[in-house]
Amino acid sequence: MNLIKLSWKYLIFRPFSTGLNVILLALGLAIITVLLLMQDQLEKKMNEDAAGIDLVVGAKGSPLQLILSSVYHIDFPTGNIDLEEARNLGRNRLVKNTIPLALGDNYQGFRIVGTNLDYLELYQVDFESGKPWSKAFEVVLGSEVASRLALKEGDEFLGSHGISEGSHDHEANYFHVSGVLKSKGNVVDRLILTSIESVWLTHEESEDSEKVDQSISSEITLHGLPESDEPKELTTLLVQYRNPMAAIQLPRFVNSRTNMQAASPSFEMSRLFELFGVGISMLKGLAFVLIGISGLGIFIALYNSLKDRKYDLAILRAIGASRIQLVLLIFMEGFILTFLGALIGILIGHSFLALIISQNQTGVMVSLQPWIFLKAELWVVAYALVVGVLASVIPALTAYQTSIAKQLTKA
Amino acid sequence: MKAKKIKGQLSMCQSQLTDMLLRTTDLTFTHPGQKAIRFDNIELSEGESLLILGKSGSGKTTLLNLLSGLSAPDTGEVVINGQDISNLSGQKLDQFRGQNIGIVFQKPHLLAPLSVLENLRMANFFSKKKNEKLKQILIDLGLSEKINSSTLTLSEGEAQRVSIARALANEPKLILADEPTSSLDDENAEKVIQMLKEQSKKIGAALIIVTHDQRVKNHIPKFIEVKSS
Repeated sequence: MNLIKLSWKYLIFRPFSTGLNVILLALGLAIITVLLLMQDQLEKKMNEDAAGIDLVVGAKGSPLQLILSSVYHIDFPTGNIDLEEARNLGRNRLVKNTIPLALGDNYQGFRIVGTNLDYLELYQVDFESGKPWSKAFEVVLGSEVASRLALKEGDEFLGSHGISEGSHDHEANYFHVSGVLKSKGNVVDRLILTSIESVWLTHEESEDSEKVDQSISSEITLHGLPESDEPKELTTLLVQYRNPMAAIQLPRFVNSRTNMQAASPSFEMSRLFELFGVGISMLKGLAFVLIGISGLGIFIALYNSLKDRKYDLAILRAIGASRIQLVLLIFMEGFILTFLGALIGILIGHSFLALIISQNQTGVMVSLQPWIFLKAELWVVAYALVVGVLASVIPALTAYQTSIAKQLTKA
Repeated sequence: MKAKKIKGQLSMCQSQLTDMLLRTTDLTFTHPGQKAIRFDNIELSEGESLLILGKSGSGKTTLLNLLSGLSAPDTGEVVINGQDISNLSGQKLDQFRGQNIGIVFQKPHLLAPLSVLENLRMANFFSKKKNEKLKQILIDLGLSEKINSSTLTLSEGEAQRVSIARALANEPKLILADEPTSSLDDENAEKVIQMLKEQSKKIGAALIIVTHDQRVKNHIPKFIEVKSS
């Protein structure tokens, strides 16, 4: 027998009160854990996905929508832009490089993104198998797409129109999987990448099926913007600045002098997080209220049990326990209670996140890792223990001051 | 036979010992707002038994508290096994009490969350003593079936016997019992007295019983009376 064991025995001697307090504390800490995990991973992921993209140029509309649709691939695009206009912008002296994106199709909810090989370089992808596309209708799959849809190199599938599931299929052309990418935990994992021409051709065919034979043999562009005799459209252009000056001048230039709009991912995302902020602080507030209540609960439980236990404490003193040991005993109970609460809370937090992720098929949440443990979670434990110690102070002092002689003679 | 042998050893020991196990001199104590109580001097050697008699409210339990160091006297000293306990304070006194004094209270007051054996182990833990014979003590007290039972399942008599076992767990030099029989029926009271006497003899401890119970007086001849003057 020792003090820890004795505290434990006292705790499980009152299972309901102990259980309630542990659960209350665990719930509060679970909310904090989920918030911590989401904040950390979402922000990290968002920054990772936007790394190397200084500016997104697309059709006029909501700048946030533009960023969400063409950097994170979660919202709908604002519209299309003219290829020639995009090309002109690419020639601007402030622009170092541009990567074109053509959106508009999906396969089973995963977006088919027409782009060039620069996009693969931007995210520094590695191939699990196969190679990049070299012909029209060849596609490269993100790891998530490949594993969820059970597709591999050499497989074929039919894309459907629209960027969300359930629209009509393009019946004429099969996409051939030329390669599958390794998982990087970023946005590329859930994309189907192909050349701009492949996207164009699917749409031309649905409009004019006679051109099928001719279009399959057409050349595709691996770098830079595609050439075309006819007027063509892109969805967005991802722009890298040549110098810091561009950050000031280029967005203003695009927004005022062209029919397109420019949006900066970092600016829009910080704006978005500000909007989220209100909700997050409310959740945090709720979590702290829960933790506060559980702290109070632990205090009341310890204090009440102490009333019944004054005799026990006196007995302990009579069989040789010192005052300090009694104080430790009470603290230990608060400590064990909150430590359990913290562990269970963290576990609930992670499980809850895992549940959310498993319920989401294609959203941003998919790329989150529920079982990554953060250093900040140690603070959750530390925080819980502080609550436990605070809740035990008064009961422990009462235990310290208990006069054994008086207790024992009261009978 | 065994008892005889032990008795023999004890009488040998007694004859060799010149020092008293317990000696009190000129103890006085004042409860707040009351007159001072003066206690007779007590001298006890190993294996001896003593009754402390007196009307209720006369200060019997006060004397017991002084003997066990649970409260400090106004004047006088209590020497147990050569140690003046008024020289000890705080943790040292708690430790000394745990190791050298076993106390049986009026009510058993066992620690409810623990099993019978764990209650005894607790005494060992706090006094930092090891005792391999805990189970034997319980068996001697007729509790062999209850060793691992919860204390909540015990009858009043059984619980009191466990509390005696707890007082014996650290093989103390002095056993103090405060009205140990007051809530027991004749049969159980008889048992408890017998056991206290036997067990204290077995470990060579002095036994002091505070009581006004006639049933106890028949067993122990030596007594002092506490009178509030």
